[in-house]
Amino acid sequence: MSMLSVSDLNVWFGTGRDRVDAVRDATFDVPAGESFGLVGESGSGKSTILRAITGLAPTWSGRIEVNGMTLGPRRDRAFYKTVQMVFQDPYASLHPRHSVDAVLGETLHLHGFKDIDARVVKLLDDVGLGGQFRFRYPHQLSGGQRQRVAIARALAGEPEILLLDEPTSALDVSVQAEILNLLTDLRAERSLTYVMVSHDLAVVGHMCGRLAVMKDGRIVEIMDVQALRDRQATHPYSQELLRNSIGA
Amino acid sequence: MTATPDTPGGAPTLRSWLLTETPTSRRHARYSSFYKGWLSFRSNTMAMIGLGILVALVAIAIFAPLIAPHDPYAQDLGNRLQPLGTDGHVLGTDSLGRDILSRLIFGSRITLYIVALVALIAPIAGLLVGTVSGYAGGFVDSVLMRITDIFLAFPRLVLALAFVAALGAGIENAVLAISLTAWPPYARIARAETLTIRGSDFISAVRLQGAGPLRIIMRHIWPLCVSSLIVRVTLDMAGIILAAAGLGFLGLGAQPPSPEWGAMISEGRRFILDHWWVATMPGLAIFTVSLAFNLLGDGLRDVLDPKDSGS
Amino acid sequence: MSLLDVENLWVKFPTRQGVFDAVRGVSFTLGKERLGIVGESGSGKSMTGRAILRLIRPPGIVQADHIKLGGDDLLQKSEKDMRAVRGQRISMVMQDPKFSLNPVMRIGDQLIEAYRLANKSDRKGAKSTAIEALEAVSIRDPERVMRAYPHEMSGGMGQRIMIAMMLIPDPEILIADEPTSALDVSVQRQVLSIMDKLVTDRGMGLIFISHDLNLVADFCDRVLIMYSGRVVEVCQADRLHEATHPYTRGLLKSLPRLDQPQGKLQVLKRDPAWADAPSVSGRA
Repeated sequence: MSMLSVSDLNVWFGTGRDRVDAVRDATFDVPAGESFGLVGESGSGKSTILRAITGLAPTWSGRIEVNGMTLGPRRDRAFYKTVQMVFQDPYASLHPRHSVDAVLGETLHLHGFKDIDARVVKLLDDVGLGGQFRFRYPHQLSGGQRQRVAIARALAGEPEILLLDEPTSALDVSVQAEILNLLTDLRAERSLTYVMVSHDLAVVGHMCGRLAVMKDGRIVEIMDVQALRDRQATHPYSQELLRNSIGA
Repeated sequence: MTATPDTPGGAPTLRSWLLTETPTSRRHARYSSFYKGWLSFRSNTMAMIGLGILVALVAIAIFAPLIAPHDPYAQDLGNRLQPLGTDGHVLGTDSLGRDILSRLIFGSRITLYIVALVALIAPIAGLLVGTVSGYAGGFVDSVLMRITDIFLAFPRLVLALAFVAALGAGIENAVLAISLTAWPPYARIARAETLTIRGSDFISAVRLQGAGPLRIIMRHIWPLCVSSLIVRVTLDMAGIILAAAGLGFLGLGAQPPSPEWGAMISEGRRFILDHWWVATMPGLAIFTVSLAFNLLGDGLRDVLDPKDSGS
Repeated sequence: MSLLDVENLWVKFPTRQGVFDAVRGVSFTLGKERLGIVGESGSGKSMTGRAILRLIRPPGIVQADHIKLGGDDLLQKSEKDMRAVRGQRISMVMQDPKFSLNPVMRIGDQLIEAYRLANKSDRKGAKSTAIEALEAVSIRDPERVMRAYPHEMSGGMGQRIMIAMMLIPDPEILIADEPTSALDVSVQRQVLSIMDKLVTDRGMGLIFISHDLNLVADFCDRVLIMYSGRVVEVCQADRLHEATHPYTRGLLKSLPRLDQPQGKLQVLKRDPAWADAPSVSGRA
C-alpha cells in the first residue's frame, strides 16, 4: 500500500503575468517503508514538491494522499504527526534564541506529550547527541550537531514519513557520512518512509531505492537506483546528469 | 574551534561555571548566556560610562530625600537667584530662592517616571502592531500600516501639543502624548523584522509542528524583535526626555512648582542673560542623561543585535 | 621557477579564550600550475587564500617568514602597494558572484572600470577589451550582457563574469575560493573548463580552494590537504586516491559512491595527533 501518493501535482507562485509554474504534473507513489529520491538541478522544483506536501507552498492543485487520506487545502494536527520535514540549512532551521531543550520541549508539547523531560533525553540519545547538548544554544553547536537537533525535532511527533530537503548539502563530507548513517539507522529502527531531495546523485544512490529525475518542474524519469548504478537512464537529461555527476 | 582556554584545568569557579559550553540546566544556560552578554558589554567603555550614569541617576532618584540638601519646594525670597557656589547652595538658587541642586535631584524622579512610562507603552504598542501586521500580511497589514503612516505623518511635538491641549496639561498626559507619537517607528521596525523572520526555515519548522499564529508570534518572533527594539528605545530615550522637557518648557507638561527639568529651564529663561545658571543646570542634567542613554544604546546594540551574535 | 613562495604562514585571531590559530605554519610554492587546497570547514583553507592577499580583517593577524610574489615579499609592502597587487597581479574569485558584483552598476561598466583601473586607456579601447574578456569565458552575446545588471544573470553566468573581470588585468595568479560550490553540476563543469583553458593559455598560476575532493582530483595538478590549520598531506592530484594520510583516506571513504553501494558509510575517526603534527611543506 502506498504511504504517499502524489498525482498531477502543479505548484505555482504569483498570479497573472508573474505566475511561475514551479512544478507541473508531478506524479509518483511511495510505498510504506521505501526511501524515494527526488533529484534535479536548482530550480527544478524538487524542494517545492516537499513544500506543497507540507502545506508551506499554499498554491497547488492535483491530488496528494498520505496513508490513504486525501489532503485538503489545510493541514491538521494528525497530518503533522504523520509527516515531518528536515530542512536543508541547519544554520537557518533552528531558532537562534531557543536552546535545544526549548526546541524539543516545545515540539513535544505541541504534539500533546506529557512526559516531556524523559522524551527530550530519549530523542537526544536517539540522534546521537548526549545530554550535555541539551541546554546549548544553536550558536554553540556545529553544523552536524544542529542537523541532528533538527532531525530530533522532526522525530519528536513519531511521524511515519520524513521529508528530507537536502539534509547534508550544507555539511562537510565527513559529517555528511555521519548524518546519512544516522538517517539510515533511524529508518530501520522506526520503519520510516523517506522522501529525499538532493542534487547529489551519489547521496540519493546511497540512501534511496527509487528516484525521480526532475527538470524544469517536470518529472522526466522515475527509475530504480540499480538502473542508475548500471547507467541505464533512458531520458537524455538523466543521462546528462549522470555523466556530469560521475565525471565520466 | 580549537582555542586554548586561559584557565588550565578548569577549576570550578563561578566564572568557569558561567562560561561553560555545556550547561546542565535551563537556569544554568540562561545565567551563562546573560554573563557572556555582560562580558561583551563590559568591554565597551563608553557603554559602561552610560550605564554608570544611569545607575547613579536611579540611585539619586530613589534616595532623593536623603541626598537633597534642601526642600525642593521651600521658597526663600530673600535668597533668590544666588550664583553657583553660594554657601549652602552649590548650584545656586532660582527666582523663588529654591535650591537648584535639590530641585534637580527631585526632578530626576520625574524624568525617570516619564522615561519608564514611555518605554513601557510605545515599544509594546509598536511591537504588537508591527508583528501582527508583518505576520498576518494582506488586508490586516495594509490597514495597520496605513494607520501607522497617519501617525508618522504628524509632526511629533505638534501632535503631542494637540493631545495635551485636548486632555489638559500634566505629566501623565504628556507621557501619553509622547507615547502616542513614539510608537509608529517601533511598529515599522517590528514589522520589517517580522517579514524577514516569517520566511525563515525555523518558522516553517515550527509551523510543521502544528503551532498556531499566536504561539509563533509570541514565542518565536517577539524574542527576535525585542532586542532591536530595546536598542532603538534606548537610543530614542534622549529624544523622549527632550520631548518631555519641551512640553514642560512650553508649560504643557509638568506644572509648577514641580521640579521637572524642562519646566525649570522654562522658568530660568527669563533670567538667562544675568543669571545663566538657573536655566543651564537643568539643561546640563538633560544633556547628561540623554548622552548616557545614547551610549548605553550603542553598547546594547553590540550585545543584543541578533544579526551579529549567534552565528 | 615559482610564481609564489609562501613560507611558514600563520593566521591568528585573538579571542577572549586566548589566541586562535586559524592557519598554522603553512608553506608552499606555486608555479604555472593548478594547485588545489582541500579541507573541511574550519580547516583554514580560505584563510590561507585570503592571507596571501593580506585580506584578513583585524583583529586577525597574518605572520609568515615570507610571502614572495616574484622577488617581492608581500608582507613588506605598504597597504597602498598591496592594493596594486590585489586584482592586478593576484586576482581572487569568491564563492558567490552575487556578493562580488556591484548590484546597481551595469556589468559592462564594471568591466570597463576594472580595465581602466589597470591600464591607462580610453573608454572605447576598454569596452572592446571587456567584450573580448566576456567572449573568453564563453559568453555568447557579450553586448547584451554588458548592458545587463548582475541580478539579471544566473549563478553560472555571474561566476563567468566574475572570472572575466578578474582576468582583465592579466594577473599572474588567480585564487579561486570555492568558485563553483554554489553552481549546479552541469554549470560547474563549464566554469571549470573555462578556467582551465584560461590558466593554460595564459600561463597563470591557479590556487583552487575547495571542499570537494573529487573535483580537485579531476581538475588540479597538485593538492594540499589541510586539517585544523595545517597541511597534513601533499600529493599529485591524479594520485589523490592513493593518498596515505588517514585523514585524506577517511575523507575519501566517507563519500557515498554510485559504483560501490554499501550499507553504511565509513565515518571519519579524528585523531588529535593530526592537528598536532607539524605542517607538511608544499614546496614543489
